[in-house]
Amino acid sequence: MAEAMSQHRKAAFSLARHSTGIIASVLFLAPIVWTVLSTFKPAQEARQPPLPPWPTTGFSVENYQTLNTFGDGLWASAQNSIYVSVMTVLLSVLVSVLAGYGFSRFRFPFRDFFFILILSTIMIPFQSILTPIFLVLTKLGLHNTLTGLVCVYVTLQLPFSIFMMRNAFDAVPREIEEAARMDGANNVTMLVKVMLPLVWPGVVTIALFAFLGAWNEFLAALVLMTDQSKFTLPVMMTALQSGRFGAIDWGAVQAGVTVMMVPCLILFLALQRFYIRGLMAGAVK
Amino acid sequence: MASITVASAPARARRIGVSRRQWIGLLYVLPAVAFVTVFFVIPLGMTAWMSLHNWPLMGEHAFIGLDNYFAILRDTRFWNALKFTFYYTLIVTIAIFAVAFPLAIFIERPRPLTNLYRTAFFMPAVVGFASASLLWSWLLNVDSGLFSPAAFDLGLTERKVNLLATFQPAFWSIIAMVVWKVAGFTMIILMTGLQSIPQDLQEAAVIDGAGPFARFRAITLPLMRRTLALALILSVAGSILAFDQFYIILRGGPRNQTLTAVYWIFNQSFVSFKLGYGAALSMVLLVILVALSLVQLWLLRKPEGLD
Repeated sequence: MAEAMSQHRKAAFSLARHSTGIIASVLFLAPIVWTVLSTFKPAQEARQPPLPPWPTTGFSVENYQTLNTFGDGLWASAQNSIYVSVMTVLLSVLVSVLAGYGFSRFRFPFRDFFFILILSTIMIPFQSILTPIFLVLTKLGLHNTLTGLVCVYVTLQLPFSIFMMRNAFDAVPREIEEAARMDGANNVTMLVKVMLPLVWPGVVTIALFAFLGAWNEFLAALVLMTDQSKFTLPVMMTALQSGRFGAIDWGAVQAGVTVMMVPCLILFLALQRFYIRGLMAGAVK
Repeated sequence: MASITVASAPARARRIGVSRRQWIGLLYVLPAVAFVTVFFVIPLGMTAWMSLHNWPLMGEHAFIGLDNYFAILRDTRFWNALKFTFYYTLIVTIAIFAVAFPLAIFIERPRPLTNLYRTAFFMPAVVGFASASLLWSWLLNVDSGLFSPAAFDLGLTERKVNLLATFQPAFWSIIAMVVWKVAGFTMIILMTGLQSIPQDLQEAAVIDGAGPFARFRAITLPLMRRTLALALILSVAGSILAFDQFYIILRGGPRNQTLTAVYWIFNQSFVSFKLGYGAALSMVLLVILVALSLVQLWLLRKPEGLD
């Protein structure tokens, strides 16, 4: 009798748990799904409230096509965003793998000073130094260039990614290096051939965060990119949404938002393990 | 250090070789130091320097001492922006925790489908703030959006209400959007804290007859102090620097009531091009954030005797 009761209670608990889980999941996913579905409506229908969210007057990719008619077009901004994000990933990985290795394996003057200097930049909001960054970029001839934006994004990534890489290198036993050195490996081959495969998970993590950071950043891109041909996706889509290109075409806005969201979602789902790892490293330190 | 203890070659030659090898480390960290110096340390110094100047975009700048700071004291619109920023920070942080804590407890232990739920809750967190803001600016739109027309169709309102036209609904719409976007992130951080609490401690308390609420207060909360502090600080710092959602969804409106501190600095620096004044405002913001970081370091200190 008591056993039947507890069986009962277990089933009730499970039912309550899954209904809560499903309702909450729906709430969190609905805005994303709603938008993605709505983008496939014909332009005429996309202007109406999205009830229901799916296309009722026929499937269409019109919204994505019209996106290309505003300013320099969606494709131009998407290319800018891709360039900036990929370059940020490559540069920040290169710089922080080198620095992480340096900080982890060598003892040189000012080592701790430099490490603390880099980490402490995280305490200072970059929003408060945007004006001088603008002036520095002008001085360097990088004013209004995507390369200048990349430099800023790389700098913003460094505290986190150098912290991650130093920890990753610290976790590699020194015996491995010494064995390789016996075999005559110099510093560079050691780093590339021996160490890099061992710290690869850390590299994937910092690459993922660098990509998401650069792809989604808005304020610096808004301030530093004054020429429309240099707009990244968030800046371009905000210009479109503000009615800068005439009446607001909400169908096109949804399509643009979808283009901005989907790479993040795919990368996250594919590399979830590495993402959570990065979060933990930040949280546990 | 370990490498110094390896003694096969003559000791002195070894030491010179070692120390030269150690110097190479400087080369490895040089690019990082260069980036941080050029794009962070120098701009930081320039902010302080510029805040003492009248610095228009074009033309000469002039040293004016602390005049910008005196001007800030009289700048009621800045203080209103700061007041609004703190108000927003308080409300949004409470709202985020109110949603994220139950979710963290919900997904803490591995049970069937937990991973799936966790991923679903977390999805909005990987979308950028700009994308999320654009998405919600559509959902909140009075004619083409979702909420007003849906409420009208369901007969909840007599006409389509423009949610973004007055302060209260506009403000709470932003809160809803930010909670939707950020709760998953805070949830994961709180989850790590919950998982680090030893299971046997909870079980011992159950045997001692402690109810769930007593256990939560006596075990969960104290043992989660560092995690809670981290989640709290991340939320507070992020909210004080809020800009994207207020710029994209509300443009600071209605009637400039939702201008945040960063938004006001942005306006002064890049719309009015008062670069010196913007720098002085930035210094105020910077001091607030650094103070917050110091509080964070204090809250995150290792528990005594455990270090």
